[in-house]
Amino acid sequence: MSWLLALPIVLPFATAVLAFLLRDRGAFGRRLSVVGCLLLLAASAALMAAVLDEGVVAAQMGTWPAPFGITLVADLLSAVMVVITAITGLAVAVYALADIDARREALGYHALFQVLLAGVCGAFLTGDIFNLYVWFEVMLIASFGLLVLGGDKAQIDGGIKYVTLNLVSTVMFLTGIGLLYGMTGTLNMADLFFAVREVENQGLLTVVAILFMVAFGVKAAVFPLFFWLPASYHTPPVAVSAVFAGLLTKVGVYALIRMFTLVFTNDTDYTHGLLLVVAVLTMVTGVLGAAAQSDFRKILSFHIVSQIGYMVLGLALYTPLALVGAVFYLVHHIIVKANLFLVSGVARRLTGSFELSAIGGLYKSSPLLAVLFLIPAFSLAGFPPLSGFWAKYVLVKASLEVEAYIVAGAALVVGLLTIFSMTKIWAEAFWKPHPDGTTPALTNLARSERRMLLLPVFALAGLTVIIGLFPQPFVDFAERSAGQLLNPTAYVEAVLGVETVIGRLP
Amino acid sequence: MESVLALLIGLMVAASVYLMLARNVLRFLFGLVLLSNAANLTIFVSGRLTAAMPPLVPKGMTEPVGVVANALPQALVLTAIVIGFGLFAFALVLVYRGYLALGTLDSDAMRHAEPAPQSGGQKAQAKAEGEAS
Repeated sequence: MSWLLALPIVLPFATAVLAFLLRDRGAFGRRLSVVGCLLLLAASAALMAAVLDEGVVAAQMGTWPAPFGITLVADLLSAVMVVITAITGLAVAVYALADIDARREALGYHALFQVLLAGVCGAFLTGDIFNLYVWFEVMLIASFGLLVLGGDKAQIDGGIKYVTLNLVSTVMFLTGIGLLYGMTGTLNMADLFFAVREVENQGLLTVVAILFMVAFGVKAAVFPLFFWLPASYHTPPVAVSAVFAGLLTKVGVYALIRMFTLVFTNDTDYTHGLLLVVAVLTMVTGVLGAAAQSDFRKILSFHIVSQIGYMVLGLALYTPLALVGAVFYLVHHIIVKANLFLVSGVARRLTGSFELSAIGGLYKSSPLLAVLFLIPAFSLAGFPPLSGFWAKYVLVKASLEVEAYIVAGAALVVGLLTIFSMTKIWAEAFWKPHPDGTTPALTNLARSERRMLLLPVFALAGLTVIIGLFPQPFVDFAERSAGQLLNPTAYVEAVLGVETVIGRLP
Repeated sequence: MESVLALLIGLMVAASVYLMLARNVLRFLFGLVLLSNAANLTIFVSGRLTAAMPPLVPKGMTEPVGVVANALPQALVLTAIVIGFGLFAFALVLVYRGYLALGTLDSDAMRHAEPAPQSGGQKAQAKAEGEAS
């Protein structure tokens, strides 16, 4: 069992080492990254099968018993996040075959990419908050490298903002860990579930909870802490920004969900009430920011912010149905957003720019790409029958159930404004003729390149459609996952052992 | 002893916030170093301070006798120092590269990734000025 949990971390690290050693070998090192992602996908599928079969699985690293050693633990949420990480990683690795230039490859793009995946998987699987901090750092240092790799002026500029703001959030996270440890004497998340109930000064616990909320809020890019994201995500190559857009902010959301369902549930009126305000403001500011932009990737970056709001909304409402929505949204969003960035990259290849006023003519000369854009774009906005519709539907229904009418209204209006942005991209990039009069046809690309660029886009669009047409199994899954989050008995039993837990449960 | 260290941590955070509010990125980085050291001290203090009681296991026994210092926060702080050092080194080199590439350390002047928008107001103003002259 411990191998099953460790493999999603070990495999990308091993691939990273090999990819680094073989970084000058061109095609060989390139394919290695894809093979590594395939193995990761297989390992994550095996883990998912085990979790579906046996419930929460946990393993103690180095066989130190639970509250003392480092625990790896996978419940349904962790498992699905690892699977989706592998899928996104694979899609981007295939895309990178045609997108990343030889110079960036020689500088170690593939190795950094794999380290990033390892860090993300580690963050999803760990059951120890200090270990979570370490995985955040692994992820962060790899993302720093990827962001500035190549050293374009814009990359360095965006990189400085990204690095400095993320470092501040890291320090806050570390301070929070220190204070929480000082109050409870433990770092194990399952053990914290009990330990926080024994803290005398519950008010102080709420203060620490806010410290965690701010730290994860920066990572998740929520209002008003998101400014690093639109400042940097449009600067690196598409194969970098797509994986960032898909995965990085979602690790922050995952950490928020984990900590605010398992540990910080002592004063939900205050903490989750604050999250609700933050969620609505995030949705609204993100979508308004996007409306003001005229660059393909900048629009998409602001939409990440706005969509994060929906996920936080699901956590903030803190009802079973709302958490179903949050989990569903998380999965749907990673696929869709990574896909949109990949599409923007293909569009840029064909037309020569990300700036919407300088491009056009894609609908006429590449209708296939137009369809591939429409699927994720409409899914993002929440058109039936695509995956985004079900995600939004569940969340709006959840907010109506608790009579949060303003919240439900905001969610719907933001969906409408999302369509506005997507229509803008559609009208500018696809519908209007190219200002230079060139015809950006897909056939302009070399055959092999076309395959590498379009295959992942096809696959991810297909997933969106499948989730949209057959939502029932996914909603059932999200329901089970939300059940585990709201009643963490299985989680703590898996980590600490059934005997230790009996008698401590409230 | 804890309260003295708590005051010191407060002082360090105050100084680091002051430094981080500067537009100069290098100053910001020094503020960040100070802040991360304040965080390290926080972890250290949160393990409670016990002077001159090393957590050593006497020969022939399996656990230490009596009250000893808590070793865990020290391990955590060590990890945090190493990681913090690595990240700071990276950030410093990045800022240096930024200075070489962009020619400035002023964060307000770093507008390569986000060029200042030609806002309607500015355009109208420029037009009005043109008409006036």
